[in-house]
Parts: sequence; structure tokens; C-alpha cells
Amino acid sequence: MTVLVDSGTRVVVQGITGHQGTVHTVQMKLFGTQVVAGVTPGKGGSQVEGVPVFDSVAEAVAKTGANVSVIFVPAPFAKDAFFEAADAGIPLVVIVTEHIPFHDMLTMYYYGRLRGTRIIGPNCPGIAAPGKAKAGIIPNVVFRPGRVGVISRSGTLTYEIVNGIKEVGLGQSTCIGLGGDPVIGTTFVDALPLFDRDPDTDLLVLVGEIGGTAEEEAAEYIRHHFSKPVVAYIAGRSAPPGKRMGHAGAIIARGRGTAASKLSALQAAGATVADFPYDVPTLVAQRLKELGSR
Amino acid sequence: MVKLAEWRGKEIFRRYGIPVPKGRVVRSAAEADELLRSGALSLPLVVKAQVLAGGRGKGGAVKFASTPEELRAVVSGMLGMRFKDETVKELLLEPKVAVGRELYLSIALDRSAREPLLIASAQGGVDIESMADDQLLRIEVHPFAGLASYEKRQVATSFGLEPPASKELGNVLEAVWKAFQLEDAELVEINPLAVVDGHLLALDAKVVIEDDAGFRHPEYAEILDDRTPLEEIAREKEIAFVQLDGDIGVIANGAGLTMATLDVLAQFGGRPGVFLDLGGTDDPNKVTEAFLLMAKAHPSVVFLNIFGGVTRCDTVAKGLVAAMKLVPEEDRFPLVARIRGNNEDLGRQILQAAGITALSDLKASAQAVVAAERPRVAGKAPT
Repeated sequence: MTVLVDSGTRVVVQGITGHQGTVHTVQMKLFGTQVVAGVTPGKGGSQVEGVPVFDSVAEAVAKTGANVSVIFVPAPFAKDAFFEAADAGIPLVVIVTEHIPFHDMLTMYYYGRLRGTRIIGPNCPGIAAPGKAKAGIIPNVVFRPGRVGVISRSGTLTYEIVNGIKEVGLGQSTCIGLGGDPVIGTTFVDALPLFDRDPDTDLLVLVGEIGGTAEEEAAEYIRHHFSKPVVAYIAGRSAPPGKRMGHAGAIIARGRGTAASKLSALQAAGATVADFPYDVPTLVAQRLKELGSR
Repeated sequence: MVKLAEWRGKEIFRRYGIPVPKGRVVRSAAEADELLRSGALSLPLVVKAQVLAGGRGKGGAVKFASTPEELRAVVSGMLGMRFKDETVKELLLEPKVAVGRELYLSIALDRSAREPLLIASAQGGVDIESMADDQLLRIEVHPFAGLASYEKRQVATSFGLEPPASKELGNVLEAVWKAFQLEDAELVEINPLAVVDGHLLALDAKVVIEDDAGFRHPEYAEILDDRTPLEEIAREKEIAFVQLDGDIGVIANGAGLTMATLDVLAQFGGRPGVFLDLGGTDDPNKVTEAFLLMAKAHPSVVFLNIFGGVTRCDTVAKGLVAAMKLVPEEDRFPLVARIRGNNEDLGRQILQAAGITALSDLKASAQAVVAAERPRVAGKAPT
């Protein structure tokens, strides 16, 4: 069992007939994922890239045994799409859609908890376990099977760092892009225990950014509960306070959430901190070497 | 993030049943005169500049007038005035009241708790950040349960009000919560919530609406906030655009990668002036749009750092070369491009053939950008 997705993962794509849904269905299949169903209300009975399309998630689950949903539907309809997946009993929903109002996300998060459905995202690249399955949109080319876990709040920066790990000849166990919104279904602290338990992960790379206090909370968890080495990188150390850095999750407010406070918390928790993204792979290789020599 | 001017916030308060002074907005001294003459307003009045920055009282953006002459002078003096980075275009005129106690109330999102947080203080009227923690009552409000009656009683106890204000408080709290939820607000703040003649009265209003809820609230689409004109154009094209103090332009895709790019540039002494974040996309049309938008900001040099997802790098490169030709000769700038992903070698060849510096290493690219920086052409300040 890896973290969240494995070879038993059966993906249903909600919004499969849209451009993004179709493109990433192809990519997930190329990655080796079993994409077993798509859902677009009113388009049931058709096919997209050889994947059967259903009118409802419940029908897709009943007919195909889908157990992970990836949501691509536009923000105004994302909440409903999530309710449908949760009500159909899907335990893991990856929400790729961006610009979902946080008020909607609060409702979705608590509803998911009632139904026993975990959310990854929204506004996230999703999960990938090379050689096993991908539920999301991280480019296939950056991966190579290995023993480094990656969790991140970013999208393309994650690709950059995962790719760097591949370029130094290492590989990844599972990579999760948690999403950069102010309210996300799974935080660093929620995801850390999954990597700690995962027998396929030797070391964890944590990619954070300024804004919020998620990295500080992660540091606290790592210090007390996490047994594996951690290499961390925080983006935004040169950012001026108060200016919007691309999404609502990255505002420095009231002196908290600064790069400095995150870096010192992670260092104090025993993590190796990279100054720049291109330093991460080297530090990972070093820590793994130390681990091997122990 | 749409920050609403005080008078718009008070309009919302009125709709939800939060008592506010009977004020009027004016945009000229003549309008103020007319309101006095018609009896719509009567002296003495408080005149409040409708700017978004805080510290208005100390900064001369709130004044009093007790005669028609004084009102005319204050209104003419304030309109057109610069306050921090804003020009005063609207004034809110309200009857001057005898303020008793000043309280504080707000609701905002607590990201870590994933719950809205109500903050109340019996010591209002000052900046929340200057309040000591033990003066603040914090109540996490579960979105499914709303603000419970016992929680309202907690606030009432901490305020220690007399009737009728004590009886009005429950409604005010319920209204603040409802406004926060139904208006898709990031923040609803009343500071001060004053006691005037024994009754509660919201003397100020700070309401911030979440952009992403625009599909439910077309009424906020027209309101300009604190963006610069170029930031406004970018918003229409769904590109995050921020202007900083330096001269280097940065185009990247994704907030994290954009920030990392700025960090690396800063490391080598580069000072970013404008950055454009395309979001998670590598859509060649959006890259081209961003490129043309960037030209309008007159950067000294541009660093394009795109990590490709599904789009092939050669497609992005071709779009870029085509876009370069669309930029007028006098607006051209040196460009360093780093495009990673599928077919990146081919993409680099296309760019290099067009005379564009194309590299794959982030560190080397940042160094090339700083080296290529040229002084800004006089008279070409960002528009």
C-alpha cells in the first residue's frame, strides 16, 4: 500500500468531456492508471478516449467500481460535483478546479468528513505514484519510480522539484500537490502521517510557500511525530509583505507566514532546508546517502 | 479580493440590519451644499474620505464641520487629496454623534482551523493589531452550525452592555455572520461598534469580498479595488499581475514557481519590477497574451520561466517567436527564456534561431537575466 493511490486505484473523471478532463484522462492512462469511468450529466452512454461516460457518479461506481474521483468541473459547479462523489461513497476526491470560493470549500470539507471522503485540493495538481497510478495533472515526464515522497502546496514548482529529483538519478514513491487555496481538504499535517507509515518512502521533500501557517504546523508535527528525514524548500523569501503573489493562499499577513518563520520552524524540527529549488535534489541525495550509511 | 469602501460596507450592513448612521456620499462640494439645503443632512457633520487604506483619523482623512462654510472648506479640501497611494474621490458625510463606548467585532477565515473566526473586543476603536491578546474574545464558528446563541451570550458577557444595546447585540452578531456567509466575504469588520445614546451603531465598516465568488455576485464586478491599471487588464485575462519596485519582468506559470523565480533572481541581485503568473497553465495563447501585456510595462529585461505540463515546449516557443514580432520596435526588450517539459530541446532551438536566449538551468538563466538588464529608457515608466 502506498500513499492514497496504488495499482488498485480506479479513477472516475468528473467533467471528462471538457477540454481539461479529456486531455488529462489521456495522460493518466499513459501513466498506467486505470481510468474506469467519466461522468458528465447528460452525456451518459458516450465514450471519451475509450472510457465509458455516465450521467451520475453513483452509476459510474456501481458499474465500474471506481474508488477515486478527479474533478475538473468549473468552479460554480464543483461543490455539487463533490457532493455527488461523496454521496456515491467515493473515499478520495482530487479537486483540480481552481477559483472555488472558500465558503464553498468549507462546506465541502465538513461534508466530506461526515461522509468519510478525503479531499485533495482544490486548485491542486493531485497525486501520483510512479509505476502505480496518477489522479491529477502532474506531467508524466517528471516522474521515475523511487523512494522519495513529495508534498507540496504548489503546482508547477512541484513539477520543477520532482523533475530535479529525477535528473539526479533518484525517483519518487508518491507525490501529492495539496493545492494553494486558503482552505484545502488535506494539509501538510494531514498528509505527513501517510508518508510516515508508507514503507515505500525513505525521505520526504516538503515544498511550501509564504502565507498561512501550514508549514509552521508541519514543522511542529515533524518535530514530534515524523520518523523520516525531511528536506524542505519554501518559495517567496524575497516577496514584499502585503502584495498578492498569485493566489489567496500566499499573503503575508501580520508578520506570520513569512519565509523566515517557516524556515526557522522547519530547521528547528530537524529538516534540511534548501535555499533554492535547484538545491533540493542535491540535499535529498546527501540525506539518502547518510541514511544508507547508518 | 475586493475591498469595499466604507459606504459600500455600510450599505451591506443596512441590508442585513446592522444599525449605521444616516449618511450620504458626495463627490463635489456642490452636492454637499445641496444635501444641507434640502435638509437631507444637518450639521454638525463628520466628513470621511472613502479610501481603502487605514489610519484615516490620524492621517487627516476624517474631519468635522459645524457650519456650512466649514463643510464647504473641508469637502473641497479633501476631494482630490492624496491619501497614502489613493486619490480621494468620494466622501461620506454622516451626522456627528456623541460616542459612548467603542467595541470591536469581526469575522474572517481562520485558515489553520478551517473555520470562520469571530473576534470581539470590549476595547474597540483602535487598530486590531495593537490590541493585546487577552482583550480579544475568539470564537470559531462552524459553517454548519452558524453562530450559536450561547456564543452570542459569550460576546454579550465580555462586552458587559446595558439595555437597549445589550438587547440589540444578538441581532448585530447574527447579521455580521450572515453578511460574511451570504456576501462571500473574506472579512467583515466593525471597528468601532459604538454605543450612542444607549444604542449600538456601526461607525465604520470594512468588508472584503472574495474574488472567486464573483459568479454569485455580479454586483461587485464593477468595483475597482487597489490594483494598478495593468493589474486590472491582467485580471480580465485571468493572469495574476503584480507590480513591484524593480525593472525586471518575470513571466512564469504557477504561484509557487513564480515566487521561486523571484527568489532566485533576488539572489543574483536582480530586482523584479513586474511579474505575471499564468496560473498552472502552459497554454501557448496565454503565454502570448502575457508576453504582450508585459511589453506594456516596459521592463528592462524579461525572464520567462515556464514549466510545461501537457503543452509541448516547441508549441510555446513558436507562439513566443510570433508574439515577439507583434511588439512594436520601441517597446522591445531583451528576453531570457527557460521552458521545461515535453520537447524542450526543440523549443530551445526554435527560440535560439529567433535570437532569444534560451537556457534550461534555472541558476544560469537567472544570472543571464541580471547580466542582460539594461537601464530603463527615460520616459517609459510603467503605464
